[in-house]
Amino acid sequence: MEIIFFELALTCYFAATIAGITELFKGSRTTSRIIVILTVVGFIIHSVSIVHRYVAAGYIPITNPHEATSFFTWCIVLIFIILELKHSISLLSSFIMPIVFLLMLLSSMLPRTIKPLSPVLQSSWLGIHTLFAFLGNAAFALAFVLGIMYLVQEHFVKSKNLGGLFERLPSLQTLDEMNYRLIKWGFPLLTLAIITGALWAESAWGNYWNWDPREVWSLITWFIYASILHARMVVGWRGKRAAILSIIGFLTILIAFFGIKVLQKGLHVFP
Amino acid sequence: MKPIVIGLNHNTADIDVREKFAFNGPKLEEGLLAFRDLPGVEEGIILSTCNRVELYANVRSAGHALETIKTFLSTFHNIRQDALENALYIHEDIDAVRHIFRVASSLDSMIIGEPQILGQIKDAYELALTRKTTGILLNKLMKKAISVAKRVRTETRISENAVSISFSAVELAKKIFTDLSKKVCMLLGAGEMAELAARHLMNNGIKEVLVCNRTYERGCELAKDFHGKAVRFEAFIEEMVHTDIVICSTGAPTYIVTKGQMQRVMKERKHNQVFLIDISVPRNIDPEVSDLENVYLYNIDDLQGVVDANMFERQKEAEKAEKIIDEEVETFLKWLASLDSVPTIRALRARAEEIKSEELSKLLHKMTDIGEQEKDAIEYMATALVNKLIHPPTAALKESTEDKESIVALIQKLYGIDTTRDEK
Repeated sequence: MEIIFFELALTCYFAATIAGITELFKGSRTTSRIIVILTVVGFIIHSVSIVHRYVAAGYIPITNPHEATSFFTWCIVLIFIILELKHSISLLSSFIMPIVFLLMLLSSMLPRTIKPLSPVLQSSWLGIHTLFAFLGNAAFALAFVLGIMYLVQEHFVKSKNLGGLFERLPSLQTLDEMNYRLIKWGFPLLTLAIITGALWAESAWGNYWNWDPREVWSLITWFIYASILHARMVVGWRGKRAAILSIIGFLTILIAFFGIKVLQKGLHVFP
Repeated sequence: MKPIVIGLNHNTADIDVREKFAFNGPKLEEGLLAFRDLPGVEEGIILSTCNRVELYANVRSAGHALETIKTFLSTFHNIRQDALENALYIHEDIDAVRHIFRVASSLDSMIIGEPQILGQIKDAYELALTRKTTGILLNKLMKKAISVAKRVRTETRISENAVSISFSAVELAKKIFTDLSKKVCMLLGAGEMAELAARHLMNNGIKEVLVCNRTYERGCELAKDFHGKAVRFEAFIEEMVHTDIVICSTGAPTYIVTKGQMQRVMKERKHNQVFLIDISVPRNIDPEVSDLENVYLYNIDDLQGVVDANMFERQKEAEKAEKIIDEEVETFLKWLASLDSVPTIRALRARAEEIKSEELSKLLHKMTDIGEQEKDAIEYMATALVNKLIHPPTAALKESTEDKESIVALIQKLYGIDTTRDEK
């Protein structure tokens, strides 16, 4: 059953991606509405599949790569839907949905067997720590996409090439401010993730900080986003620079997330 | 029943000819009534704008009426008729219908897609309605023209995108800033185009307009116009720290804003986006300023480029609009043809025959116990009734009176006849 829901959600995200790409070339109110509906439906089905797996496994399904990728995607979609309902940033869906679909596709290809939870993970910290970490990173993923959109729109304005996409992309200031807002949301979440992670590490291994690769990368990410916020507030690094920094920040997260999974080393890798 | 258009526009006549033939102010009403009273003209409308003077009429036959209208134009405006000959265009029937639809849809305008013409058409029609110079044909034609224009506007993108330099500046500002009502604009030097752009920004809710002129007094005067504040010329660089849009058009022979200055301004304004519009020739803002982050500099050629691209876009949309007009002209012609009396008489007879035979068969079906003779008598009476009832409307249709079209329309309505549908 859970697999059916998962595949259904994947299909919805795929359809939303196709609609999103169509929207890039020929936008209309109907297409944007269709994308939102497909995404919301996909999100609901996706949620059902996660709950289903939670019931089947007996623990929060975010421990193996398949579950983690799926849950990360779920967080991105959640934040996207909130943004869409609150601000309705035109064309954001066209940029975010392909990423959502690819992540979901990747998750679908990873092994899905439910294994008994290793003892170190059997803790109430599991849910809290990962929720903070994933929501924070999902906010950064949205900031990354807004950064890309900013660079595209900025290119149009600077090169004075005011073609079709220029008209439909939001204003530079809107993109820049949304990017900033997402980082402002993501940063405290990431901070909380690191703090809860440290507390958990202390109770599991007796040490707050073990310098394992995931911890090191998280710290690097934390410093990157801290400097983005600092630079904007103090020196006024906004616009293009902020966009580029938010792209670099998210690429770092991706390396941390997938790189470590591939390397299969360190305390954060659980059999 | 023949729609005609006779007129001149920006393509056929220069401004000095157009202004001579314009029906301005009280002349419009006076002219309209005189036009309507011309022999052979049954209905009339006059459209007089700065780009065109057009007379729409319903005439019985074109030849004679046209000469009368031409003479009317020259005598009314007191100009020799040969001055008119080259400037005038004349459209009849289908061409007249198409022309009016195209004018209303702004396909015939100097700037394709400009929205004012529809309002002007509405005003012209409104006046004709209050002075009762229109009837069945022009009423339908004008109402249709207005609805066609609306259809063109919603189904094509013909009126989208700015096609004037001052307006394209506003469109660009909206793509840089989220909310113009939080932004401050500064006019650096003054000029017609700069003031127009500032006015457009005001209409779009800009928070404040600052005016900076070499002569401070002139700046103060202008600032009053914009309900803004005058800034001394020596202080404009400092003022730029708090200004988001600068429209520059001083007569200075050199750059008055250099890259170095702008760099300092950007630092002080914490790199908040700034939109610089340099419409002065020679340029007043060093183009290298554009290399700075979050500075968006457009000069007059850049804006002209935007306008040209938008113009091209409108022309493509105009092709779609022409197709819509083709469709609408066709339906209008069908309606026009339906006003002819012959098909209406035929339809009326057919309708009466239909009712008669229907009722007869119902009756005879019930009365099974009557003989041939009684049957004939009943049929005879039914035929006589029908014929007597439809004789007066048929006679009225055959008579060619002045208001024949309205009689045709009335009878069609009373008897529920639709000849346009029958043709399909």
